[in-house]
Amino acid sequence: MPEPHSPRPSSQQPGPAARLLFPLALGLTLAMGLASLFVGVSSVSPTLLWAEGGTGPATEVFLTSRLPRTLALALAGTGLALAGLVLQVLVRNRFVEPSTVGTTESASLGILLVMLLAPGLPVPGRMAVAAGFGLAGTGLFLLVLRAVPQRSALMVPLIGLLLSGVIGAVTTFIAYRTDMLQSLGAWSTGDFSVVLQGRYELLWIVAGLTLVSALFADQITVAGLGRDMAIGLGVNHRAVRALGLVLVALLSAAVIVTVGIVPFLGLVVPNVVSLLMGDNLRRTLPVVCLTGAALVMACDIVGRLVVRPYEMPIGLTMGIVGSAAFLWLLTRRRGHVA
Amino acid sequence: MIEVEGVERRYDGVAVLSEVTLSLPKGGLTAIIGPNGAGKSTLLSVMGRLQKPDAGRVTLEGMHLAQAPGRAVAKKLAMLRQDNHTAARLTVRDLVAFGRYPHCRGNPGPEDQAQIDRALAILGLEPLADRFLDQLSGGQRQRAHIAMVLAQDTGCILLDEPLNNLDISHAVRIITLVREAAQALGKTVVVVLHDINMAAAHCDRIVVMKGGRILRHGTPAELMQADFLSAVYETPISVHELAGRLVAVY
Ligand SMILES: Nc1ncnc2c1ncn2[C@@H]1O[C@H](COP(=O)(O)OP(=O)(O)OP(=O)(O)O)[C@@H](O)[C@H]1O
Ligand SMILES: [Mg+2]
Repeated sequence: MPEPHSPRPSSQQPGPAARLLFPLALGLTLAMGLASLFVGVSSVSPTLLWAEGGTGPATEVFLTSRLPRTLALALAGTGLALAGLVLQVLVRNRFVEPSTVGTTESASLGILLVMLLAPGLPVPGRMAVAAGFGLAGTGLFLLVLRAVPQRSALMVPLIGLLLSGVIGAVTTFIAYRTDMLQSLGAWSTGDFSVVLQGRYELLWIVAGLTLVSALFADQITVAGLGRDMAIGLGVNHRAVRALGLVLVALLSAAVIVTVGIVPFLGLVVPNVVSLLMGDNLRRTLPVVCLTGAALVMACDIVGRLVVRPYEMPIGLTMGIVGSAAFLWLLTRRRGHVA
Repeated sequence: MIEVEGVERRYDGVAVLSEVTLSLPKGGLTAIIGPNGAGKSTLLSVMGRLQKPDAGRVTLEGMHLAQAPGRAVAKKLAMLRQDNHTAARLTVRDLVAFGRYPHCRGNPGPEDQAQIDRALAILGLEPLADRFLDQLSGGQRQRAHIAMVLAQDTGCILLDEPLNNLDISHAVRIITLVREAAQALGKTVVVVLHDINMAAAHCDRIVVMKGGRILRHGTPAELMQADFLSAVYETPISVHELAGRLVAVY
C-alpha cells in the first residue's frame, strides 16, 4: 500500500470534552458516595466516628445501615445502567431498557411464583429463578421483534412496552387471585431504606458481572455493529448476543431481588453517555457504570432529605428525574435514531 | 486464491444464483459487472460468508469458508457491503480500528496503529478521524468503511460498489489504490462496479453477470465488445478506442 501523505501521531480519544467525562463521573460518584454515608436521620459524621473509636451508636448505624445502603445504591445503579447499555447496543435501539422489553416484568413474575410455590427458597435461588424468567422474557421480545416486518426505531420500544404490559398483567392477575397484590407492590417498588447489613450482599454479583462485561466490551460493540459486520471481523455474533442477554437478565434480577424495580435509569444514563461520547463500549462502559451509581445515590439522598424524617421511595425521585431527562433526550435524539 | 464451485442461492424458491463457478487466482483485480438484480451482491456475500449457499461451496486458499473458524477467515478476507448504515455512534478512527480486531483482539500494538493511521491517511480521513459516523456525508461514510476494510489488511478483499457516492477524485484514488494493492502486494481484490469504463481501464479481469449466472469471464479486451455489452444491458452501446483505452459509449 502507498505511504500516507501526511503521517500524524494518533490520539486515542475523540475530543477533549469526552476525555473529561471519566474523571467527572468518578468524582461525582465519590462525592455522592460520601454524602450518602453521612446524610440521614441519625447523625453520623467522620468526627463522631473518630471520637467513638470503633464502638458506639454512630459506628453501629454506620456499619449496619449507612455503609450497606451506600454500597447497595452504587451496585444497583451500576447494574441497571450497565444492563440498559448492553441491551441498547445489542438490540441496536436507543429506546430500550430491561423494564421496557419484558425483562423486568418477567423477572417479577418469576419472583411471585417463587413466593407462591417455594416461599422457603433462599435469596440466591430466588435470583436465579428471576434471571431465568427475565431471560425468557427478553427472548420472547426478540422473537416478536423478528416476526414484525417493518420496524422503525420507535416500533421497537412500543412492542417492548406492550409485551411488558401483558406480562405485568399476568403477574397482577395471579397476585390478585392469590391475595399477594399488596406484597407484590411492596417488594417490587424500588426501596433502599430496607437495605441493611446481611440483606444486600447478593448485589456484589453486579461487580462480577461488570467485570465480565468489561472483558467482552469490544465484542459487544462489534455485535452492535450488526451481524454482517461481526461476521466480517470474525466475531461470533450469536454467541456474543446470547452472552449479553444473559448478562442483562442476571443484572436485572440481582437488582430486583434485593431492592426492587428502579425505573428509567437503564434508559437515561446510557443515552446521555452515548450522546456525549459515542458507542465504543471500551470507553463508555466505565462512565456509564459510574454515572448510574452516582445518579441512584443522588436520587436516594434527595429522597432522604425532602420529607425528613420520612423517606421518599427512590422510584418516585428516579421517575421524576428520569422522565424529564428522557423527554429531553427524545428531542435531542431525533436526528440520529438507530 | 478463491474458488466458487457450483454455488446456488434461492430466495423463496426463486433462484438468484444458479451454478455459479468462478476461480480467481491469487493477486489481481477482478471486476464484477452486470445489470441491477443480476446477483452481484448475492454472489459477493456468499463469497464473504455472510450468506450460506443453498448448494455448492466457496474455498479460500483451500479453506472451506462455511466451515472455517470465523476469526481465521477474518484475517484472510475482508468485505465491504453495498449499503453501510452503521447505527452505532463510533468515531471514524474507532471504526477503522475495529478493522484490526481479527488481528489484535482489541489491544492494538504499534503495527496495528500504523495500519490504522495508514488507512485513514489513504482515504483522506485524517481531518475527520475524531468525528462520529453520523456526522459525516454519505461519501465520507463510505470512505470510512473502505478504510476499515483496508486496515483489516487481508489477502482477499471483496468490495461491493465501493465507488458509490464518491466524487471523481476519490473514486480514481481508490480504484488506483486497490489496483496497486493487487499488483504490488499480491492481494486478490474483487470489486462490483457499475462503471464499465472504470472496470475496463483498471481491472485485470471482468466477470459479467446477468440473471444469477456468469455470462462471461475474461480480460477487458475480450469483453469490451459492443454487441455483447448491448445485449447484456439491453441498451445500445458502442465501443471506441480513445487515448489507448477501450471506452464504451452509451
Ligand atoms: N432478501 C431477499 N429476498 C428476496 N429476494 C432478494 C433478496 N435479496 C436480493 N434478492 C433478489 O436477488 C436478486 C439479486 O440481488 P442482488 O442484490 O444480488 O443484485 P445486484 O446484482 O447486486 O444488483 P444491484 O446492481 O442493484 O446492486 C434480485 O432480483 C433481488 O431482488
Ligand atoms: Mg448489489
